[in-house]
Amino acid sequence: MAIILTEAEAKTLLQKVLSYSKADECEANLSGDVSGNIRYARNAVSTSGSRANQNLVVQSAFGKKVGVATIDEFDDASLEKVVRRAEELARLAPENPEHMPVLGPQTYLKSNGSFQSTANLSADARADAVAKSLALMGPQNLTAAGFMEDVHAYRAMMNSKGLFAYYPFTNVNFSLTVRTADGKGSGYVTRGYSDVNKLDTASLTRIAAQKAVASASAVALEPGKYTVILEATAAAVLMEQLFFNMDARSADEGRSFLSKPGGKTKLGEKIVDPRVTIYSDPTNAELPGSPWSGDGQAQERVTWIDKGVVRNMAYSRYWAQKQGKKPVPFPSNVIMAGGTASLEDMIKSTQRGILVTKLWYIREVDPQTLLNTGLTRDGTFYIENGKIKHAVKNFRFNESPVIMLNNLETLGKPERVVSTESDSNYLLPAMKIREFTFSSLSEAV
Amino acid sequence: MNRRHFNNLLGMGTAGLMLPSLPSLGRNVDPAVLLETGLDVAVKKRLADAALNAAKAKGATYTDVRIGRYLNQFVVTREDKVQNIVNTESYGVGVRVIANGCWGFAAVVDAKNETDMARAAEQAVAIAKANAKLLKEPVQLAPQKGYGEVSWKAPIQKNAFEVPIKEKVDLLLGVNASAMKNGANYVNSVLFMVNEQKYFASTDGTYADQDIHRIWPIFNVTCIDKTSGKFETRNALSSPMGMGYEYLQVNPADKVTGITTRYNKGYDMLEDVTAAAQQAKQKLSAKSVEAGKYDLVLDPSHLWLTIHESVGHPLELDRVLGYEANFAGTSFATLDKWQSKNFQYGSKLVNLVADKKQIGSLGAVGYDDEGVATKNWDLVRDGVLVNYQAIRDQAAIIGEKESHGCCYADSWGTVQFQRMPNVSLEAGKTPLSVQDMIKDVKKGIYIVGDGSFSIDQQRYNFQFGGQLYYEIKDGQIAGMLKDVAYQSNTQEFWNSCTAICDERDYRLGGSFFDGKGQPSQSSAVSHGSSTARFNGVNVINTGRKI
Repeated sequence: MAIILTEAEAKTLLQKVLSYSKADECEANLSGDVSGNIRYARNAVSTSGSRANQNLVVQSAFGKKVGVATIDEFDDASLEKVVRRAEELARLAPENPEHMPVLGPQTYLKSNGSFQSTANLSADARADAVAKSLALMGPQNLTAAGFMEDVHAYRAMMNSKGLFAYYPFTNVNFSLTVRTADGKGSGYVTRGYSDVNKLDTASLTRIAAQKAVASASAVALEPGKYTVILEATAAAVLMEQLFFNMDARSADEGRSFLSKPGGKTKLGEKIVDPRVTIYSDPTNAELPGSPWSGDGQAQERVTWIDKGVVRNMAYSRYWAQKQGKKPVPFPSNVIMAGGTASLEDMIKSTQRGILVTKLWYIREVDPQTLLNTGLTRDGTFYIENGKIKHAVKNFRFNESPVIMLNNLETLGKPERVVSTESDSNYLLPAMKIREFTFSSLSEAV
Repeated sequence: MNRRHFNNLLGMGTAGLMLPSLPSLGRNVDPAVLLETGLDVAVKKRLADAALNAAKAKGATYTDVRIGRYLNQFVVTREDKVQNIVNTESYGVGVRVIANGCWGFAAVVDAKNETDMARAAEQAVAIAKANAKLLKEPVQLAPQKGYGEVSWKAPIQKNAFEVPIKEKVDLLLGVNASAMKNGANYVNSVLFMVNEQKYFASTDGTYADQDIHRIWPIFNVTCIDKTSGKFETRNALSSPMGMGYEYLQVNPADKVTGITTRYNKGYDMLEDVTAAAQQAKQKLSAKSVEAGKYDLVLDPSHLWLTIHESVGHPLELDRVLGYEANFAGTSFATLDKWQSKNFQYGSKLVNLVADKKQIGSLGAVGYDDEGVATKNWDLVRDGVLVNYQAIRDQAAIIGEKESHGCCYADSWGTVQFQRMPNVSLEAGKTPLSVQDMIKDVKKGIYIVGDGSFSIDQQRYNFQFGGQLYYEIKDGQIAGMLKDVAYQSNTQEFWNSCTAICDERDYRLGGSFFDGKGQPSQSSAVSHGSSTARFNGVNVINTGRKI
């Protein structure tokens, strides 16, 4: 059998799994992934590989006693074995007071996240994509190190209350660092697409090469508070620190940046500039997401922050029931609305500031304030009187995305970016921020 | 260190409790399966030979095969609840070849017969040939003798998988109860247990069968001041270890007493959590640090992470050469600095050693993942940079005749590459206790436990936090501090090292999830040290209001 099952094939297989169940409740999650990658460095291919994987997870419950078992062979005997094993484990398990009964049938939005072009990628096609990138290194004596990884996959689930869900998807992420021969300049680019036909490794390579050459004669500036323009790739890694922390339970428990004294939360309160709106929408054509979560809940369009005000937090089904709220699953994509300014507009309107193209090694320093630290990397530039004057040496920053979004000057147009920390894809804009805190200098290139 | 895995496993990330979704963990199984022995060594040899022969028939000039069975058990609790008990098994085969001078790799889940093995081998050769056109120079491997059929087993006393789950649940719920009784508002606790059963075979004639165990008990305690809404946390002072369940057997000889109790080869989780709850509460009213220069006294439970980031990573030869430029970065410790033979990485007191054999460490194995017998070697001697970490396809670049034996892949499904061995700071040679070290400090901070960490891509500029900070005034501990982080530059920092306690204080810390490579792989690595003093380090205040 193929690794990637069609909706009909997945449904037939899951029906068979459930037919073996003798538990009070049974839920089965099925997945298949075919992935390939190629890595290059020092202007030559280094390592590469392929991997095929499939998996069936069966969760059986007797009351609140739950057992989970998994298998990756799908013949009839294996399917029955995995159901029996889940049931045995459930009988042995301690009661989980937070276990929720499985959901009945749900209605899901339509999302198109699977592209045949990406599914058809071969080792030769990957090598050709890299060859186009490497071809541009010679003339300027530059050195490339890059990575391309594609996946063709599906997820499906069914339970004993009649819920069935299926979602196929593809993705390709490409990233590239170009360095000058003397090691003094470095530029970076990364993009993610569902449809590989949108990936143009040559034009992306030109972006990284341009940044490498432009950053080669960096000058040291004193650390301190600066107006910064964060390109979308740089903004993504700070913004996702906020997205990751939208959990209602942590906020209700008093251990989140969304907590307030006396056991209250900031739900309904303005926490950032009124131009900030953050939502999720699995049907977005540019950034399609799964229309259902791993436990079968429908992923709807959810506004997390609306004009600066916290409108939603993520409620697990257990916590929602306990708090008398509607469950809201963690989203399958995150989109930040933007403005109309181009990057050039933002530079033009800056008297004195820093253009940051990438941030690196982001770590939370204080969960209470979302203070994070990290550094600029692969192209940082000084702006004076509306023009890029010269490259600057890298800075370490200590900044909170909450403070940063209160110091918002301008938003650019949203674009699809890849987080260099988590590999997640987002749709979000470049942004101009005043009083961004750089705390020390780094010699690193 | 790979924070995502850590957060997910602790049940505190966005994907909290979705353990089975972590691809590297494999499938869920009955705990009894964790005690099964896996394939017989004779079967593994037969399967490996099938792949070696198939690759050769397709034109490979070198082939290695890794047949891996990876077992994990996680027990996850919070307060009075067991949130998750996960038992996973992952079995598969990875075949790596050189064909037309180029590396190729392919992996197959559940390969159980010669046909599966040949399929993986043929696919690896096909990938190598497709990529060979992008090659500048053919791969050159340092010569390696075959060892024949050999085996290595971690010298554990008690296989953690043999301990009934109930005993583990009782331990963690007891730990949580003690935290709550001592003033915690919330507590999460987790026991991680890992067993890697790895079989390696290569066309050099080595067939190595190895059995590796790791364990990590951790918790996180939170205390909240309801009036102000402020909260503070304190994590466990345990270390992940290359040990069995004996790490959790309490032995007074393994305790290091002082301002707070720390642990060596045996961890008293109940005692530590009791202190943690009290200390998290104390942190709420601790004095916020005044930014400035301080002499730092760093406990091994903290210093291991600074060693990891500022010594372990920059001396990885693949980084130095540019192979990691697109992700982890390159290194300030360039070849010319090493070639000069006088690059002062640290003060004369500083000796940093690489090691793949230390008993109880996370990095200890008999043979690495390309069939090289493991060893120890110097990285920094009397403060001077003397060597790097190199594997077979890099050894010639630094004039070594053989690999250092530090090649590793985190799964059968990932390709092996250069990974950090244990990297440790040697203990001071003259007798010195922590108390005596503190006595001489006029204005300092004593830091225990690891916290926030960040370093640039060439490993110059770093910032570290901790778990517990104590102000030192005129040779005395003056009380607890909070909002502390220090920033420095690697070379400046190690040259500011003015004292290292003797071997009585030597302990291992370590990372269970060190991330590197694309696709990202994690590895486990230990770092030993005694308490050390660093003069005049820049400390910042991390307190903010939102």
